[in-house]
Amino acid sequence: MPSLSELLGRKRSASTAKDRLRVVLIHDRSALPPGVMDALRQELIEVVARHIDVDRHAVRVEMVQEGRSATLQAEIPIKATPKQPSSE
Amino acid sequence: MTGRVITITSGKGGVGKTTATANISAALAAMGHKVVCMDADIGLRNLDVVLGLENRIVYDLVDVVEGRCKVRQAMIRDKRLEELYLIPAAQTRDKNAVAPKDMVRICDELRQDFDYIVIDSPAGIERGFKNAIAPADEVVIVTNPEVSAVRDADRIIGLVEAEQKGPAKLVVNRINTEMVERGDMLAVADVLELLAVELIGIVPDDTAVLVSTNKGAPIALEPKSKTGQAFRDIARRLTGEDVPFSAGNGNNGFLGRLSKLMKSKEGRNA
Repeated sequence: MPSLSELLGRKRSASTAKDRLRVVLIHDRSALPPGVMDALRQELIEVVARHIDVDRHAVRVEMVQEGRSATLQAEIPIKATPKQPSSE
Repeated sequence: MTGRVITITSGKGGVGKTTATANISAALAAMGHKVVCMDADIGLRNLDVVLGLENRIVYDLVDVVEGRCKVRQAMIRDKRLEELYLIPAAQTRDKNAVAPKDMVRICDELRQDFDYIVIDSPAGIERGFKNAIAPADEVVIVTNPEVSAVRDADRIIGLVEAEQKGPAKLVVNRINTEMVERGDMLAVADVLELLAVELIGIVPDDTAVLVSTNKGAPIALEPKSKTGQAFRDIARRLTGEDVPFSAGNGNNGFLGRLSKLMKSKEGRNA
């Protein structure tokens, strides 16, 4: 729920604190340094791209908190390449 | 009689653990329960001064552990409350003078005679913390609405779970209503959402707490103090009473947001 100041378009320090903590806690809990996420993202793209043509720029990999546990969520859009009809 | 052991801890220092221990213990004793509070911060003794009992110390926790006295001899009776006792920490030793098994043994003995044994844990996650939670039936984590305290609280919650002492319960201390309303302090609902634990108390940021510790008289015993009431409410919740959280204590629409949070949790569990 947005606070009054958020509705007025001002970002107050409490919401900055909350956003920062959300990220910090997810990494603390999974013992995964933030820098590793970038490597993970790249490797995921490579693996998937071996089999499907993916839209590399639209890939999103992130940790999502649910209660006290976290889920690694990857959204990997696939490029729409219509299958060529076989010439035979 | 089998008393319950409640350990008050935090991770970060200076968030109000000792004040919370003194006040929760005093409030429980004022309710008529038989209470002993124990300072597990070996080498940095403080619970005695907060309770105003520093002049009565003869023996301490390490004397009990090392067999120089009986547990009874190390207990100091409070000046105001007949049913409140303190076991002070040693001031000249370090944390390694006590082991988790010593704490379990001493608490098992105290359980025979007391309703509640309240342990003030040292800051940190090392030996002193392990000593403090080893005998715990219940762990209360104190935090402040600031990033470093919340982060450390999260780490402690994880460690308490790993030691199978969870789920821990949370006290958010030093809430400044004006700052929360201005959007410059994390609201209780924010802290709860981040830490995902059960709330057991909200304590306002109150300069009267310093005045009460100056005097060595717990604010929980001042009937008109709102902060005292906050500690009395925590004590009642610890005894299993269902005490509602009142509005207007700096929660920024807290009740609505809390019920929303609860509903989304229920939805997930269903």
